[in-house]
Amino acid sequence: MAEDKKVIIELDNVKRNFIVGSETVHALRGVSFKVHQGEFVTIMGTSGSGKSTLLNQLGCLDTPTSGEYYLDGVSVRTMSKRQRARLRNLKIGFVFQNYNLLAKSTSVENVELPLMYNSRYSAAQRREAAVKALQAVGLGDRLNHKSNQMSGGQMQRVAIARALVNDPAVILADEATGNLDTRTSFEMLVLFQKLHAEGRTIIFVTHNPDIARYSSRNIMLRDGKIRSDEINTNILSAAEALAKLPKPQDD
Amino acid sequence: MNIINLFKVALRAIASNKFRSFLSMLGIIIGVAAVIIMMAIGQGSKESIRQNISQMGTNIIMIRPGADMRGGVRQDPSAMQTLKVEDYKRIDQEKRFISHVSPEVTASGQAINGANNTSTSLYGEMPEYLDIKQWSVSDGECFTEEDVKKSAKVCLIGKTVADELFPNGQDPVGRTLRFKSIPFRVVGVLKSKGYNSFGMDQDNLMIAPYTTVMKRVLAQNYLSSINCSALTEELTDKAIEELTTVLRSNHKISGEADNDFTIRSQEEMMQTMSSTMDTITIILVVAAAFSLLVAGIGIMNIMLVSVTERTREIGLRMSVGATGLDISNQFLIESVMISITGGVLGIIVGYLGTLICNKFGLPTSIPLWSILVSFAVCTVIGIGFGYFPAQKAANMDPIEAIRYE
Ligand SMILES: Nc1ncnc2c1ncn2[C@@H]1O[C@H](COP(=O)(O)OP(=O)(O)OP(=O)(O)O)[C@@H](O)[C@H]1O
Ligand SMILES: [Mg+2]
Repeated sequence: MAEDKKVIIELDNVKRNFIVGSETVHALRGVSFKVHQGEFVTIMGTSGSGKSTLLNQLGCLDTPTSGEYYLDGVSVRTMSKRQRARLRNLKIGFVFQNYNLLAKSTSVENVELPLMYNSRYSAAQRREAAVKALQAVGLGDRLNHKSNQMSGGQMQRVAIARALVNDPAVILADEATGNLDTRTSFEMLVLFQKLHAEGRTIIFVTHNPDIARYSSRNIMLRDGKIRSDEINTNILSAAEALAKLPKPQDD
Repeated sequence: MNIINLFKVALRAIASNKFRSFLSMLGIIIGVAAVIIMMAIGQGSKESIRQNISQMGTNIIMIRPGADMRGGVRQDPSAMQTLKVEDYKRIDQEKRFISHVSPEVTASGQAINGANNTSTSLYGEMPEYLDIKQWSVSDGECFTEEDVKKSAKVCLIGKTVADELFPNGQDPVGRTLRFKSIPFRVVGVLKSKGYNSFGMDQDNLMIAPYTTVMKRVLAQNYLSSINCSALTEELTDKAIEELTTVLRSNHKISGEADNDFTIRSQEEMMQTMSSTMDTITIILVVAAAFSLLVAGIGIMNIMLVSVTERTREIGLRMSVGATGLDISNQFLIESVMISITGGVLGIIVGYLGTLICNKFGLPTSIPLWSILVSFAVCTVIGIGFGYFPAQKAANMDPIEAIRYE
């Protein structure tokens, strides 16, 4: 790990409790770690271990019950809803398992969406940034396709382009390959590795232990706590793995 | 999000659900059209009544026997016999702000010419009556003051009476007809005035010297009214004052005692008419406005469905940085657009509706402010009934919203 790099994310004993009826669910029981710029972190753990809850904290969608969270140096815990919306708009890119594209809208329109909530972008700048992001995910020729006319892999690429368009401090993905077949999953991994190589910070929640081997660091959660946090010194190339996959019959 | 983009998003949401949006607009369309049509009919009737009354001459002053009846108190019959010929004579002698004055007695009955007959009203007047009413004689001429002095059995007849009694294009002038078995020689035919706005035939009448009608037809010694015209419309109030003084002294009414006669100017009648019409219009418009309220509830219902349907979209927008305000504006603008579009269509439908009403003979006139008011009301409905759904959307939790199935 390059210790001299900037700290993007810093969690300090973050706890998150949910009150369900008369019971308290401890989804996060004191999580602390730092993520530096340019890291590709996978977060793994059994179902219910608190991965999504953690990602919601990182994405400023939720605030800790206790503990501190600093995103790019600013404390999120005490922020208002409005301030957090602004922070998400500027610093976070989300990729969801089920893509969450606007139906009946084109790729460009979908990718432009985050910039619509940023008054500093003019219409022309918005489009330019969206086209650039779509080109970066290999959809330069699908700019005006409607989201319901695209395959799952293409939709997820649009979603990744949307997460990139605001040049965020960190890209957060929750099961981003969960709905895709093996081949398409590897294509996504190739894309994430490319973004990683370009210096982007990525946090990727997954159930698939294989994916951890393509990231630079792996955090294991269990029961709301970190069980292990390991740097991957032997990062595999997703592109090579994709090349070795048996080609589909009709290709 | 800036306002232009908000409009684009709202337009898109409406366009992607055209039929549903149209249905919720329909309520507004019907409501606004109803309000516009009601206002147009109200305003149109008012204007046409005003026009009719002012055509009759705005400087006309009418004196009737009996105290002011506006309180609705019943008066005994003798109170209705207080106007006498002497009153007329004195007014005629002392008039300063009055140009013409004519006493009036009326009788109704059958006018007969051979086998032809018609029921009509006979007015006993002075020749000056035509000046007061600004009527003219189209055929023949008016009877004279000499005829009045002699209680001559001569008369003027309206066009309807002429047509009924003298069919086949006979010239009535110089011929004799009978009214209640008394023969009258026709000296002239009045120029036709058609129907007034209350649907009354203004040509179905006969006019004879008042002396003749009093003595030979009615055998009474009191007048049914006295009509005057002020020198100018502006002098109407002065003229009324003058008349009051003359009549009070003639009737020996002094001090605080009430008048035993009532003086009304045409202007006053016009105002009474207008305010009655206003009341009727308000009642009609309020009834129509209730349909707008129902339409607003319809919009709220559709917006609530729309918000629930788009929960995931709301969650997504929030996760990429939309604030609660952005989301609430988005839905507010959508509901305002639905209601304003409905309003505009309603104004168009209302306009066409008034044209149709006009074809069926109803006087209509669309006041400009009714269009502006409709517009404002639609905006208020859009905001008012869109507010609750918009707040519901704005207060969603992004984490739950984005997972919504
Ligand atoms: N809004 C909530 N209200 C109550 N309990 C919650 C809420 N969100 C999460 N939890 C609880 O917190 C714990 C962690 O949930 P979380 O969704 O973070 O797990 P996860 O690791 O993402 O699981 P999966 O792999 O199935 O997605 C679970 O026990 C869950 O029931
Ligand atoms: Mg989860």
